[in-house]
Amino acid sequence: MSHLVESLLHPVDAVYEYTLPAGEPWMQGIKAGQTLRIVDLEGNQAADTLFYNAHDPAERYSAQDTIRAQGSLYLGAGTQLMSTRGNALLTITADTCGRHDTLGGACSCESNMVRYAQKKRSMHACRDSFLRGIRQWQPGWTKRDITHNINFFMNVPVTEDGGLTFEDGVSSSGRYVEMRAEMDVLCLISNCPQLNNPCNAYHPTPVLILIWP
Amino acid sequence: MAEIDPRLIRFSELVPSGANWSHVLKRGTTLRLESLGDSGNVSALFYNFELLNERLNLPDTLKCQHTARLTAGHCLYSDMGRILVSITEDTCGWHDPLSGWSTESGVASRYGHRTYQEARNEMRRNARDNFLTELGKYGMDERDLAMNVNFFAKVTADREGRLQFHEGHSKAGMHVDLRAEMNTLVILNTCVHPLDTSPHYAPQPVQLTVWSSPPPNEQDVCRVSCPENTRGFEITRRYFL
Repeated sequence: MSHLVESLLHPVDAVYEYTLPAGEPWMQGIKAGQTLRIVDLEGNQAADTLFYNAHDPAERYSAQDTIRAQGSLYLGAGTQLMSTRGNALLTITADTCGRHDTLGGACSCESNMVRYAQKKRSMHACRDSFLRGIRQWQPGWTKRDITHNINFFMNVPVTEDGGLTFEDGVSSSGRYVEMRAEMDVLCLISNCPQLNNPCNAYHPTPVLILIWP
Repeated sequence: MAEIDPRLIRFSELVPSGANWSHVLKRGTTLRLESLGDSGNVSALFYNFELLNERLNLPDTLKCQHTARLTAGHCLYSDMGRILVSITEDTCGWHDPLSGWSTESGVASRYGHRTYQEARNEMRRNARDNFLTELGKYGMDERDLAMNVNFFAKVTADREGRLQFHEGHSKAGMHVDLRAEMNTLVILNTCVHPLDTSPHYAPQPVQLTVWSSPPPNEQDVCRVSCPENTRGFEITRRYFL
């Protein structure tokens, strides 16, 4: 899953373009057949991402189904992003980063207290952004609807003896990942504000989002 | 490993192969899972019984303990930074947090479908459907599904991330102890592991024992196994204040 595949799509043909600052949520519908690209503009920036079936959001991204379906932990070109019902939500069609994580989850105020210190509770975190994102999109959605996400551009290697670490990203400025929707989906991104570990190189930066028809 | 003092046992129950079970495991009690056959598997989910949208969060659990396997000394964390259960004793050595649930289509394509009409309670069940059935008894549904643990199973990843299921990892008689640090809704089933490489459909039964266990002291193996867990126990303590 570590091979690099460049896209044949040109930004001038994109129908949507948005620069998402660090610490902000973004939620958008993507139609079946459309292609979503996320660009790591300045390098080493984690884009925490969730997907839902647009017509029945109880069906949503499943990290374990995705891992199991491809028999491999890391996401890259060719990976099908699977739902909790075992359906393909999207397929990664291009990737110039080489490895993306889906085991590390999203940072939260509460997990930061455990991982670093009680006083970290007040620092901005992805799961707060997720909650802001979904309540703007769909009143009535709650934490219940926030599941285990993808961390595009993040590197969380697992060793054969079962160790797990957060390492400096394998991404750099301008690298991107692109995926084609296999059904109508909702995409929720938190551009990660974490300052306590190297997932954003201690300097969270914007990502660019493009959609092609 | 430690025998449970019979005077402390609250109840014991056999869960047959492929079956469902749930229980609100009270703080101050421990649940022992003992696999009664070789290559057993117990798929499990955990929730805070008082706030059912607080649930096991395996990414938080794994990253704060720097692990991709579960064994004695590890804690299972909720999404609120609190410890639902801690693993106080384990004779198996490796439980799988990576692979998720078995599915109806997975079981049917690997072993063949077998309905209740054909096979009575030997019908072939799967962990996903079993989870949803059991969750339904608590008013919960698909939105409450989250990453699950597969106890007694070992799955490793190589440098490229490719998964390997270790056939024969667990043996009959091995056990793991889960101590409730909160009043924890345990939802489990004894369906086969989704990556089991055996060509034969052979889920194994499990013996469950719930017993009164002492509260964790300052030197508790789970509390002191890493600074993260020391903080996790403190955050959990505050929940009850």
